[in-house]
Amino acid sequence: MNTAALPMTAAAAVPKAEFDWRPIALLGGVLLAAWPLIGSSSTWVTLSVAGLAMGLIIFIIASGLTLIFGLMDVLNFGHGVFIALGAFVATSVMGGMADWTASDSLLRNMGAVFAAMLVAMAAAGALGLAFERVIVRPVYGLHLKQILITMGGMIVGEELIKVIWGPLQIPLPLPTALRGSFLLGDASIEKYRLLAVAIGLLVFVLLLFALNRTKVGLLIRAGVQDREMVESLGYRIRQLFVGVFVAGSALAGLGGVMWGLYQQSVVPQIGAQVNILIFIVIIIGGLGSTLGCFVGALLVGLMANYTGYLAPKVALFSNIGLMVAILLWRPQGLYPVTNR
Amino acid sequence: MLLMNRLLSHDLPRSRWLALALVIVVVGLAFAPFLFPGSKALGVAAKMLVFILLVASYDLLLGYTGIVSFAHTMFFGIGAYGVAIASTRMGEGFGAVFVGVAVALLLSLLLSLVIGLFSLRVKAIFYAMITLAVAAAFQTLASQLSDITGGEDGLSFKNPQVFSPSFEPFEGEFFGLMLDGKVFSYYLLFVVVTLLFLLLLRIVNSPFGRVLQAIRENDFRAEAIGYRTVTYRTWSNVLSALFATVAGALLALWLRYTGPDTTLSFEIMLDILLIVVIGGMGTMYGAIVGSVLFVLAQNYLQDLLKVAGGALEGVPVLSQLVSPDRWLLWLGVLFVLSVYHFPTGVVGRLRLTALRKRP
Repeated sequence: MNTAALPMTAAAAVPKAEFDWRPIALLGGVLLAAWPLIGSSSTWVTLSVAGLAMGLIIFIIASGLTLIFGLMDVLNFGHGVFIALGAFVATSVMGGMADWTASDSLLRNMGAVFAAMLVAMAAAGALGLAFERVIVRPVYGLHLKQILITMGGMIVGEELIKVIWGPLQIPLPLPTALRGSFLLGDASIEKYRLLAVAIGLLVFVLLLFALNRTKVGLLIRAGVQDREMVESLGYRIRQLFVGVFVAGSALAGLGGVMWGLYQQSVVPQIGAQVNILIFIVIIIGGLGSTLGCFVGALLVGLMANYTGYLAPKVALFSNIGLMVAILLWRPQGLYPVTNR
Repeated sequence: MLLMNRLLSHDLPRSRWLALALVIVVVGLAFAPFLFPGSKALGVAAKMLVFILLVASYDLLLGYTGIVSFAHTMFFGIGAYGVAIASTRMGEGFGAVFVGVAVALLLSLLLSLVIGLFSLRVKAIFYAMITLAVAAAFQTLASQLSDITGGEDGLSFKNPQVFSPSFEPFEGEFFGLMLDGKVFSYYLLFVVVTLLFLLLLRIVNSPFGRVLQAIRENDFRAEAIGYRTVTYRTWSNVLSALFATVAGALLALWLRYTGPDTTLSFEIMLDILLIVVIGGMGTMYGAIVGSVLFVLAQNYLQDLLKVAGGALEGVPVLSQLVSPDRWLLWLGVLFVLSVYHFPTGVVGRLRLTALRKRP
């Protein structure tokens, strides 16, 4: 036996897991199948951009939730509070910068939006830190109590938001330069949706980079796979988790701002409404999977917009129909996380 | 005493204070029309009755089997809409009520069976999320099918003649009370809720109920002993759905109205959760204590907070915190605290104190 050949056989013995293209192909399939159904190319482009924008906003919100679940086996039913907080902080910040949002200069408008996003992320992240400490920490490993207590946290959070901002709907108008749409060929595309797509893709790329190319990301991925192993190698997964929880909450805050601007108004119940949507997304994607969350969010966004155009009555149930269909195909979600 | 013991399925209150509270509640509810005159007080008492049944049925699922479902209001709504739709379509009468309840029970049975078989095999968290989504979809469905359900406005309908407020069979008053249809329907609620509550008590203290508790404590072990946990979970799910359906039908009969806000809304689901946890999970009596406390708080805590708010008027943040609209905030805080500090709720706490005192 030749010893020099050993490294080669060892490498061959551990084959790289083949990348699963089928869910992404499904996404492409939905995009393509919608084209002939809708008929007109320009409408198709408009709807696709709207769907992608909605999907990416949902992805921003849901990515934190799915990571938190994957890493610590904690499902935060109170995730909606961070969304609501983000959106309400944005109303205050953008209300305070009224002369910036009302001016015609795109630069100033974007400045106001980004300021609102930063403040919202900071606020949601800080709340996330407190939430993890007070609400989640005592109930690690106890699923039943987690569901109950995070739900309780959501009730209290929603009521506190009502105390600060009042129980009524608050308008969150887009800054002047971001209103309206422009024409791309025959297709009209709303400016804000393009911005949402850009920010969403940026977050997605940053998240992929952080998860795949940094040491912290490596640890997080390893923790999702096998938490005890990471702990036994000497890393404090709990600190890592607190970081992920805060980051996830901040992302939810960012998503809240974008969702609020998308709807152009904010109600205190926004958290509970979006919660259902993001639960559907992370179930579709496979609990704990980031890529699955991405594909799931885009599917939900596209389906909502396509069915909204083709059959408005059906659109209200497109999410749940999609979830049932996906679960019949893959009961563990699109990208099941092993060992769960 | 022996009869009492059998009636309560040998699951006695086991605490003097709890027994006292239960006696007060039962006597209070039994004679509510005579003790607390006025339509608001009677409405509060009727709401307590409906919630006792609804929460007890949810406790079978959450407290005894350890399943978190967010679709309980869906079954509650099915019962309420069953009576409402049948009564508007077929005209008032007992026939309509029976048909409505029967169809609603059948629908609940099928739906809970499907949902259970579809998703009870997997983790608790998964089930909670699925039911949340299903309940939301059902609520949308109910408000969209406005030809049948009346949409957001809901349905107002007439009860069978005996239960309509204008029905007054006797000339004079009876112990200072005019016996009308409202009183009769209150007693219908009282009798049905009492019987079904005793039945639920019987169920959780039967061998079947013991298996459910075993599954709650350690499902892997229960499976290893030889019980099919999926079957038991599904049965628990179906039973609790059926009881909730009856509770919904009773609510519809009492209000003579059914709409999304009174039956299907997510707020009611949260109310049920609050009551179960504060009253005591895994103790049927918790449903009674919790419902009475909650409905009292819902109707009278706001008045109390109004007084506190008046005293603190002018103080910027505090006056907001105690404003009467924020009563849910305080219940939410109580909820979080009780999940931590006394997970078995008021009833469990009382029983524990009684147990410690015993030599």
